[in-house]
Amino acid sequence: MKQLAPALGAAALLMAATAPVAAETPSAADAAMLAGGCMSCHGPQGASPGAMPSIAGRPEQELATLLLAFRAGEIPGTTVMTRLMKGFAPEEIAALARYYAALPARSTP
Amino acid sequence: MITRRDLLRGGAAALATLAAPHVARAAPARVVVVGGGFGGATAARQLRRLAPEIAVTLVDPAPRFVTCPFSNLVLAGLRNIGSISHDFAALERLGITRVQAAAREIDQSGRRLVLADGSALPYDRLVLSPGVDMRWDALEGYDEAAASLAPHAWKAGEQTLLLRRQLEALEDGGLVVMTVPDNPYRCPPGPYERVGLIAHYLKTARPRAKILVLDAKDAFSKKALFQEGWKALYGDMVEWIGQADDGAVVRVDAARREAVTAFGTVHKAAVLNVIPPQQAGAIARRAGLTDASGWVPVKPESFAARQGEHIHVVGDATQAAPMPKSGFCASGQGRLASAAIAAELGGRPAPRPAWMNTCYSLVGPDYGISVADVYRVAEGRIATVPGAGGVSPLGADSAFRAAEARFAGGWYDAITADIWGPRR
Repeated sequence: MKQLAPALGAAALLMAATAPVAAETPSAADAAMLAGGCMSCHGPQGASPGAMPSIAGRPEQELATLLLAFRAGEIPGTTVMTRLMKGFAPEEIAALARYYAALPARSTP
Repeated sequence: MITRRDLLRGGAAALATLAAPHVARAAPARVVVVGGGFGGATAARQLRRLAPEIAVTLVDPAPRFVTCPFSNLVLAGLRNIGSISHDFAALERLGITRVQAAAREIDQSGRRLVLADGSALPYDRLVLSPGVDMRWDALEGYDEAAASLAPHAWKAGEQTLLLRRQLEALEDGGLVVMTVPDNPYRCPPGPYERVGLIAHYLKTARPRAKILVLDAKDAFSKKALFQEGWKALYGDMVEWIGQADDGAVVRVDAARREAVTAFGTVHKAAVLNVIPPQQAGAIARRAGLTDASGWVPVKPESFAARQGEHIHVVGDATQAAPMPKSGFCASGQGRLASAAIAAELGGRPAPRPAWMNTCYSLVGPDYGISVADVYRVAEGRIATVPGAGGVSPLGADSAFRAAEARFAGGWYDAITADIWGPRR
């Protein structure tokens, strides 16, 4: 472990130096801002009242995998989700998945 | 003695020097929101969520908000006006104080909003979401009285119902003429959605009628997609004339239902729908918040008005390009402004701005198309995120178009529930 630590430190430094600005993990407030727009289609707190799928309370890993697949254009028949997810860094997508996984699956009005 | 105002002025530094009990006894900060539409109602609701200690008042003269989105479905007879009307009861249940009154002017130095009856609401922060006003001086012959003969229907409500009645009274074989202004105006793809949905109504009820679109510009939002859809669904029922082909209307005779173009061509209509040039809502103009463009310049990180103090402006009234004047964007701007205000009053760091937009348009009831974008602030300006966003593909199959039509309905149900609360 002691020998590994400097290597990890160097790797972290390298990542910090090369990563784009958006590639840091968003703060809670920034994550809420990122997640806000999702509700305009997927409903209040991610619980949809209509034809859009609900996103609240789904497992974090499932959401993250799905959003990354949208981002990569890997889901046939996709309408807007690929266009939207291409605007999010992987760290931001992870934050979205964490945010909606933590919300109750059904919000009470 | 440290007053509440000192506290607000000093922000985090002042708060840090005080013991918590003093803070707890301070009078609550007051935020007044003008306009209960997509931007204002979002700002009011989100402030309650983010900072329950702030007293929020929502000022709007109307008992309910009628959305421009989906009002084209009312024109087509596919929805009634009640289904696009949203009252403020759910917002009141959240603890928002509602004042049903028109805002007359802003006393900026006294930080008071003066209402139509002369009474005033004091505020620490003011949020304006005043929407658009028609520019009654911009198109010769088209003033407020003319709008009762040749409706704009660009604010939903009575104008929508008036145009609907005129369409219902149209004789078969009659000509519907729509005039469309140059950018910027509320809802860039809205006129073209309207064309398709009126055509849908005519196709079933007045199959020999025609629609002529006289446009002041040559390019418009989702143009290729709209034209593909019009052709597929309505054949030659729809004719669109751009600026280069003398589509720009410079004069209107509402009584005669005539639109006159720049080169003097007179188009006589049976139903004349004039969508005139627009500007920021009156309260923003009277307060000196607009510049020569007629719109309100804002700081992207907070949507604080550049020409005001302690005033944030959101929605269609602002200059927020490349964000369009859409309900989706107005809501996102309301969300950001409320987060920025809550952070500032609470002495916390401001959130990093982030927005999305998705505008669905219906070419027909089962034929939807969309444009989507992602926005951030880069180098002090709002910018689209490179590589993201875009429009629906041309030549997509009917299943794809039907899916986007279904999602358009899903979007409407979601965003209206998110802003005004679930329908009961």
